[in-house]
Amino acid sequence: MRVLDRKLLRDLGRARAQVATIALVVACGIATFVGSLGTCDSLAATRDRFAAEYRFAEVFSSLERAPDPLLSRVSGIPGVAEAEARLVFDVTILAPGQEVPATARMISLPDSGEPRLNRLHLRRGRRPDPARRDEVLLGEGFADAHGLRPGDRLEAVLNGRRQVLEIAGIALSPEYVFAIRGDSPLPDDRSFAVVWIGRPALAAAFDAEGTFNDVVATLAPGARPDAVAAEVDRLLDPWGGRGAHGRSEQPSWRFLEDEIAEQRAMATTIPPVFLAVAAFLLNVVVGRMVAAQRQQIATLKALGWSDGPIAAHYLAMVAIVVLAGALAGTLLGTWFGRWMTRQYGAFFHFPLLEFRLVPAVPLLAAGTSLVAGALGATAALRGVVRLSPADAMRPPAPRGYRHGLLERLGLARGLSPRSRMLLRQVAGRPLRFVLAVAGIAAALGIVVLGLCWRDALDHVTTVQFSLAERGELAVAFRTPTTTRAVRELARMPGVEEAEGYRAVAVELRSGHRSYRTTILGIPADATLRRLLDDRLRVVRLPESGVLLTRHLAERLGVRAGDAVVADVREGEKPRRDVVVAGVVDDLVGLSAYMEIDALHRLLEEGDVVNGAALRVDPALEGTTRARLLATGGVATVTAKRSALREFERTTSRFILFFTGILTAFAVAIAVGVVYNLARVALQEQAWDLASLRVLGFTRGEVSLLLLAELGATIVAAVPPGLLFGRLAAWAVAAAHPAETFRIPVVVSPGTFARATAVVLAAGAAAALVVRRRIDRLDLVAVLKARE
Amino acid sequence: MTNVVESGPGEVVLEARGLVKRYVLGEVEVLALRGVDLAVRRSEFVVLLGASGSGKSTLLNVLGGLDTPTEGEVRFLEHDLARVGERELTRFRREHVGFVFQFYNLIPSLTARENVGLVTEIAENPMDPAEALALVGLGARLDHFPSQMSGGEQQRVAMARAIAKRPDVLLCDEPTGALDYPTGKVVLEVIERIHRELGTTTIVITHNAAIAGMADRVLRLADGRIVSDERNPRRLSPAELSW
Repeated sequence: MRVLDRKLLRDLGRARAQVATIALVVACGIATFVGSLGTCDSLAATRDRFAAEYRFAEVFSSLERAPDPLLSRVSGIPGVAEAEARLVFDVTILAPGQEVPATARMISLPDSGEPRLNRLHLRRGRRPDPARRDEVLLGEGFADAHGLRPGDRLEAVLNGRRQVLEIAGIALSPEYVFAIRGDSPLPDDRSFAVVWIGRPALAAAFDAEGTFNDVVATLAPGARPDAVAAEVDRLLDPWGGRGAHGRSEQPSWRFLEDEIAEQRAMATTIPPVFLAVAAFLLNVVVGRMVAAQRQQIATLKALGWSDGPIAAHYLAMVAIVVLAGALAGTLLGTWFGRWMTRQYGAFFHFPLLEFRLVPAVPLLAAGTSLVAGALGATAALRGVVRLSPADAMRPPAPRGYRHGLLERLGLARGLSPRSRMLLRQVAGRPLRFVLAVAGIAAALGIVVLGLCWRDALDHVTTVQFSLAERGELAVAFRTPTTTRAVRELARMPGVEEAEGYRAVAVELRSGHRSYRTTILGIPADATLRRLLDDRLRVVRLPESGVLLTRHLAERLGVRAGDAVVADVREGEKPRRDVVVAGVVDDLVGLSAYMEIDALHRLLEEGDVVNGAALRVDPALEGTTRARLLATGGVATVTAKRSALREFERTTSRFILFFTGILTAFAVAIAVGVVYNLARVALQEQAWDLASLRVLGFTRGEVSLLLLAELGATIVAAVPPGLLFGRLAAWAVAAAHPAETFRIPVVVSPGTFARATAVVLAAGAAAALVVRRRIDRLDLVAVLKARE
Repeated sequence: MTNVVESGPGEVVLEARGLVKRYVLGEVEVLALRGVDLAVRRSEFVVLLGASGSGKSTLLNVLGGLDTPTEGEVRFLEHDLARVGERELTRFRREHVGFVFQFYNLIPSLTARENVGLVTEIAENPMDPAEALALVGLGARLDHFPSQMSGGEQQRVAMARAIAKRPDVLLCDEPTGALDYPTGKVVLEVIERIHRELGTTTIVITHNAAIAGMADRVLRLADGRIVSDERNPRRLSPAELSW
């Protein structure tokens, strides 16, 4: 080992606490990078492999009903590689031992037993026997949620007829990786099942022999999904086509896509913050080390060492710190990625979801952090090279200070010498102060970012499920009916209040922009379904005209007073012009609303409803749901609260994990910044502070002098830190898709307070460790020799 | 030669008996003081003379409350300085002692006036910083920072800082050590004038034998012991000294 290498190891050993805190900051950044990028790679690769191996379709459309021969025309559309027709019906099922029925999506299996597109992965059991009409495959999510196994039975209501189905096997489909129904923004494995059944049985139950109501297709190489979808629409339009779309609008695919994008955003936005902080700390600490070792450097130079090896010596120190951090970060990130991937495994039903890490990721991480470290140390290294041996042998001249602007303006009058010391300390190194403030602000922002998900979720719960949708149950009727049906519901035991709605599928157009959604007709005096503006005030439905969700209005490029075209997508499919009366701020979906009578007039129809919201006695919610589903006219019942509870139950672990990880990481930054700055400040000012001690200042007074600067730094970091946290939350929310589920940017005062408390505590703890060193200042030694 | 020091007229302010100071330097034990007895009277001007390593700085540190002896007694008036805690020592330095060091130990971020103000802020009946600086001849450089002053000027600021609290004892550790000959003389003149005008008990430690001429009493230290204690028949003014 070369002598300089030994010095390197000993210097690192002496500065171990500083080295460790900086390496920890690097490690946090790299862990986020490796964990998030690895998770997002794993998700994307698994999804793509699943989609490819199981021939996931690329264009999807449902329709009213069409004769089987129409399929060959769909297959004949240029750009379609292969098309498959199916029957798909949402029905009510009851798992054994369950009182509350669930909704099941029944999908027909072709006679071969294996679809050609959206093929199934058999997880357990076997494929249904084509000779038996009562055997089905059950999707894994529902099976796991209810502990169902092959051989268990389900009770289903098919087209009003009760039927017992036997589970032959448990299956996975690339179409339902994420069990989401499409009309509910929340996944719910407990109350939503996917069931595959032989086509003859399903066709018989719904009198649909020789027809299909759903078509999926793959594309020929080079074909554009939207072009093919337009052709499919043209073809299916006379058969009640509900609009073809590509994978980007397929709920499960889209959700996966969003999740992957979110992980990628995490991987690219958070780590640079950590690396920047680490670079800053290396700059300060290595700069200080070089300053303290002036005479050693001069001696080396005097002995004939050239600049290169000396600079390399300090650079190697940086490299060791950074690489140690990168290594720890990779290990931590791998653990972090494995954990997240495992959690995703519970949400996303893949045949196999494993965390995989491409070696390029940690290598890239190490490379980037090395560059950041080297950048951080540049100034210090330049100092090494510039130092001439003769200069360096002399003690450095006292730092020059000037009267600051405040003082020249006379604003500092009345300040004590100690306050002035503090002021000039800060003013003398403005860049360091600003960067330190930025570092701590980043820590604070990251804590806010970690904590604010809870706020967002609480906000959604309150707004959507207490203020806007106040009914516990939402009922969809099988066919449009009259308000009499609603009055009958209201009279059922357990139902306290019922309100009928008219929902109509439309395509809204403005110029070349269009969007498919639903216009929901609500009574003007509705109490169970209210519309809110951005300040949570109830918006009154206008007597005519349509209210649009703010994002929908933005998407269509319209504002209040503009007219939009509504192409109704049911019945006679009339085209209507309607005036935008205003916007509302929904958190879920992109919808349109009208006063129900106005909607009836627009559609030129009578007193029609096709859905209802119910307020029910909570104690009787389960039995009420069961009773409702037994009612002939009711197609589905959605229990909003239980879906939300389920969602909260599954996401709270995620939220807790992220909050925990981000808070821990932020603490690493706060401790790293405060501890290192305090240590360096102490090293720089040891002489001054010891002099003050000799002059009769107490330990407390001297500590205060040193720590006041840090305190000022932390306090100055609070406002920008909170702002940064809010902006970061906003950026993450903006990265989230506007259609499914908007994450509101809500940061409660409690979150701000908690985040500030975390950072203050971390800073105070780091400062106290350094304070103990102040107590140990060697008064006698410091007076003997100038460094 | 006895170690018990003769005492002249006046009240004894600083008194040491049987001082032993042992400390560990790296892995070596150093016996810096090997039994020192000393009594300094009010308004006395004492020069402690010794070569490097003789123990003079250690003695000054113990007398100034910067360090405690391993064995023996030190008293300042009624205060026991040998067996008290850090807190009491700090209070002793704060209330009674003015220090002047070889390297001035000024705070670089404070002006001359503020460096003095640092002490007057915590003292009970201090002079005005400007008055203290005028006493050392720096009335015109109140608002200069250390980096804008010569070594001699910086040392005079350090002296103003030491006397501004009207200390009972002024302890100067090699006050001219870092200065050139003429500047050193200027600083000695200031020390002499302060002693004369304020009557502050003054102890100067130095290896420069020429300075001994300006003292009432000269103590020589060698190998951790006081080897001689002499009274000058006549005190020379700094102008009369040469080295």
